[in-house]
Amino acid sequence: MKFGILVNEGPYTHQASDSAYLFTKAALEKGHEIYRVFFYHDGVNNASKYTEPPQDDRHIVNRWSKLAEQYEVDLVVCVAAALRRGIKDELLAPGFRISGLGQLVEAGIQGDRLVVFGD
Amino acid sequence: MSDAEQQGEEGAGIIKKFMFVNRKAPYGTIYALEGLEVVLISAAFDQDVSLAFVDDGVYQLLKGQQTKGIESKNFSPAYRALEGYDIEKLYVEREALEARGLAEEDLLVDVQVMSSAELAELMAAQDVVIGF
Repeated sequence: MKFGILVNEGPYTHQASDSAYLFTKAALEKGHEIYRVFFYHDGVNNASKYTEPPQDDRHIVNRWSKLAEQYEVDLVVCVAAALRRGIKDELLAPGFRISGLGQLVEAGIQGDRLVVFGD
Repeated sequence: MSDAEQQGEEGAGIIKKFMFVNRKAPYGTIYALEGLEVVLISAAFDQDVSLAFVDDGVYQLLKGQQTKGIESKNFSPAYRALEGYDIEKLYVEREALEARGLAEEDLLVDVQVMSSAELAELMAAQDVVIGF
């Protein structure tokens, strides 16, 4: 199956990003396709390369980057939401890119399912 | 390249039923405002778009919103512009209105009021449901 993923909350404050990551990883490992992961609202904060959690905690940002590298997952950060929150190209972690909301709608059209993570 | 042009290349001819479910009050959090931004963009993709207003989301459509005191933008006029984007399916949950002492006349756009059971049926018939 071809999935689109929407992440609506930032890392650490909320479990949405963890759940989205675990779902995405499990789907890929089962041989499903992830058409795109789209980050919206505070979800754009998942893309900051300056994220530095304590050593004994999971690194949510690097985890997404690694997944992108391993499976060529398209990680898209909404431009309007990102600009509001000070997220710009120069601070994106590897594997993330900034683009428009149309990319979310497109994920809804092209995917068999759009799975939303957030409140 | 615009999103619409891009969609034209990759998703030509696919029309899906999109429902945006608005669940939160218009101010206090950004979900309603950023949700509306997605709705407006979706209009460029020629999809079958509808909006549902449930829970505190019904407050988004309330007439006479005044936001000066909280120094936030009153974006409620944008709901009146939806018609111009050919987005005309606005559904409001009857139970949500009643629980808040509101009636259809209190809303700033024409809507279809329905029970949560009817809304659930509509929701089940969608291809894509995004809640804000």
